[in-house]
Amino acid sequence: MKIHLENVVKTFESFRAVKGVSLDIESGELVALLGPSGSGKTTILRMVAGLEYADGGAIYFGDQDATDIPVRDRGVGFVFQHYALFPHMTVADNIAFGMKVSKVKRDKAAIDQRVTDLLRLVRLEGLGDRFPAQISGGQRQRVALARALAVDPKVLLLDEPFGALDANVRRDLRRWLREIHSELGITTLFVTHDQEEALDLADRVVILKDGQIVQQGTPEEVCRDPKSAFVMKFLGDANVIAADVRDGRAHAGGLSVEAAGVAEGRAELYARPSDIDWSEQGPGIAAEITRVLDRADGRRVLATTGAGEALEFDVEPERVVKAGETGFVTLRRAKVFGV
Amino acid sequence: MSNLSTRRKPPRVGDAPLFRRSLIGIVLVLVAFVIVAPLVIIGVEAFSKGWQLYRDTVVHPDTLHAVMLTVLAALIAVPVNTVFGIAAAWAITKFDFWGKRFLLVVIEIPFSVSPIVAGVAYLFVYGLQGLFGPWLDAHDIKILFAVPGIIIASMFVTAPFVARELIPLMQAQGRDLEEASTSLGASGWRTFFAVTLPNVKWALLYGVILCNARVMGEFGAVSVVSGNIRGQTNTLPLHIELLYHDYNATGAFAAASILALIAVFTIIAKVALERQGAGRVRKQANPAEKTS
Amino acid sequence: MRRRNVLPGLPLSLGVTLFYVGLIVVLPLAALAFKAASLGFEDYWRIVSSSRSMASYRVTVLSALGATAFNLFFGLALAWVITRYRFPGRRIVDAVVDLPFALPTAVAGIALTALFANSGWFGSVLEGFGIKVAYTPLGIMIAMCFTSLPFIVRTVQPVLEDLDPALEEAAQSLGGSDWTIFRKVILPLLAPALLAGVSLSFARCLGEFGAIIFIAGNQPMSTEITALLIFIRLEEYDYQAAAAIASVLLLAAFFMLTVTNWLQARALRYTVKG
Repeated sequence: MKIHLENVVKTFESFRAVKGVSLDIESGELVALLGPSGSGKTTILRMVAGLEYADGGAIYFGDQDATDIPVRDRGVGFVFQHYALFPHMTVADNIAFGMKVSKVKRDKAAIDQRVTDLLRLVRLEGLGDRFPAQISGGQRQRVALARALAVDPKVLLLDEPFGALDANVRRDLRRWLREIHSELGITTLFVTHDQEEALDLADRVVILKDGQIVQQGTPEEVCRDPKSAFVMKFLGDANVIAADVRDGRAHAGGLSVEAAGVAEGRAELYARPSDIDWSEQGPGIAAEITRVLDRADGRRVLATTGAGEALEFDVEPERVVKAGETGFVTLRRAKVFGV
Repeated sequence: MSNLSTRRKPPRVGDAPLFRRSLIGIVLVLVAFVIVAPLVIIGVEAFSKGWQLYRDTVVHPDTLHAVMLTVLAALIAVPVNTVFGIAAAWAITKFDFWGKRFLLVVIEIPFSVSPIVAGVAYLFVYGLQGLFGPWLDAHDIKILFAVPGIIIASMFVTAPFVARELIPLMQAQGRDLEEASTSLGASGWRTFFAVTLPNVKWALLYGVILCNARVMGEFGAVSVVSGNIRGQTNTLPLHIELLYHDYNATGAFAAASILALIAVFTIIAKVALERQGAGRVRKQANPAEKTS
Repeated sequence: MRRRNVLPGLPLSLGVTLFYVGLIVVLPLAALAFKAASLGFEDYWRIVSSSRSMASYRVTVLSALGATAFNLFFGLALAWVITRYRFPGRRIVDAVVDLPFALPTAVAGIALTALFANSGWFGSVLEGFGIKVAYTPLGIMIAMCFTSLPFIVRTVQPVLEDLDPALEEAAQSLGGSDWTIFRKVILPLLAPALLAGVSLSFARCLGEFGAIIFIAGNQPMSTEITALLIFIRLEEYDYQAAAAIASVLLLAAFFMLTVTNWLQARALRYTVKG
């Protein structure tokens, strides 16, 4: 099912949570809504579900205007942040709930069969008789997904699906959700504030800030070509170096970087820690090492430029560097944004 | 397309307009009939024979004496139960000891026991046929059918009020603050007054006010142990009964209006204290659970 | 694990608590139990099973059941309306719910009698339909309804307020109708609190005295409640009978206390997030 949002607006009290968002989600796509808290991502998800009504704009499911369809008739599967499993029902009863209350009558054998199939799909065979309080967080997550899938939703919506889990469980479930999606091919929209989660999982990432979409595209597109300083910073660690743009190039210290399309005058250079090289001789931006951090996957150097900007970059673990050393940094890749 | 600027919420369960309006209507009518009407009729009946008669009843020496006795009972029973409530809450929430759950149940007993049963029970402690009765009589100490009996019976009935407001709150607040205070060298009393009390003051006041209302209004237990001697051992509720059975209904309602007024003030104070967060232990909102 | 406690004041606070509870609560009830036990089984049984006693239990229990059943529906509706709807006067309704707790029972008693007497506001109207309330078991029921109403409202209300809205939303997203969601999701989650409120309310009705004696006819065998029968035995200086019948009410109170505690423990069952 293709979903189309057209200039959707939502205001709470006096706070504009969503300020005109238009978005297309293709049938079978797995899309992440990524943004910091307060960016309106959960509100958008809830409007797609029908748990909130849009104040303006429209939401289409296929060709049908779904803006005013109540949640119970909208045919979406919603996985809540804290799962919202019914605590007084067993896992099996939770999963069967949607089929039992549906207007489409199913006989008991059919419901039981479907519950068994879903338990197998989410790898919880044999746990059908447990209560939600008796299973782990990751298991509850999967029950919530099975419950949402049981009603054959046109769209699957997940609110911070892994937010409440520890890092290890989270990584496993992420991979597993991707598998389920490939298997079922259901149009899926999920909300997260974790850029790694969004990039790992989604076909397409929609980045939000203050109730508006600031950039969208495949993980490759948004990572390789961030269109704003916000996206650059939000997607990962970034070093910021003050620069001047003259004649289509940005100049900082002894360096100059291609800066087509950036207005003349003051600007900022953005570089990932892995895109910075360190050398004892110039050319480059003079800096002094303040601290060396050793990590499992490499050696991180903290340094300060002559202008007092803090830098972080990685060097080979074999490379001998010490706090107090001075040298020069050069940039392998950098982005320039006007100030 | 819905480019409306009106903000609509998706309907929750029971939000269908017809259902919602009928339910509110039914409940309001029932509240008016069951709860408000009795309060209104007290005022109406009290003034049914004019202001003069009302005034005469209220300032009658017997009424005034009943008021004084009621106030005296409250002045003794409420502070004693407050001290008890604080002690019980401190022992139960700051320490673990064997039999704690049982003690909690025992403290709650007066809520479930009929006031009449409480009165009878006191007869068998302090009455002539009771445990201490003969000894008290020999030493010419009167407890039953006298003021001390009224006060003790009131204490029984209201014993749990302060404790039950403090215990859940102090339980929820844990022991960290007190432990920090003690580790910094503060004495137990200092810790209580400087750390514990400021955090529970509204709940404490809440309990005190409910306790006071109940002491002043207690009827069953007091009527067993008082002996109903007019002008001597009559509290205000007993005085109301006396006037009522003397076929002086207007007088009874006039006396009742004093207690009704206290009840109304109690409720106003209760609402004000609830605004300060007393009366109910709220679950600590976990910031991580807030949706973005 | 038992950790060492550094806080001071256990001997003093526990000492005060035990002394006071012992003197004020345990001693009198023990004295009452002792008095009742000293009767001997045969005398005891004769008193508590006499036809007048039995009639008083019947009218007390039946009226308490009726009042509690009414309050079950009214209290649930009241709690629902206060927590779920916004309407003018909601805060006032929320506040007046406590009136039956704050108003002395004797005051409530004469007020209800005045309302439901033949000449009263409600009594005169009901008389037109041939319904007599004052001085009948119906009057006892109404007095019980009034005094015990807040119990159910105040036990259900917090649970209803804290009900996770996501549970209801989840049920809606799965296609449940309002009635289905109420029956299968909301009511089961409220049930323990509702039952705890019912047992508190029922216990209060069994022991109620002040509000009832004015409106009940107090006729032996028909409108005489157990608490009043105890009082009458006392006035006749029949202390043994008073002790025996009082012990029956006391046992009933202990039974209800046990039930309530058990139910309240269950009421918290679903609020603990695992």
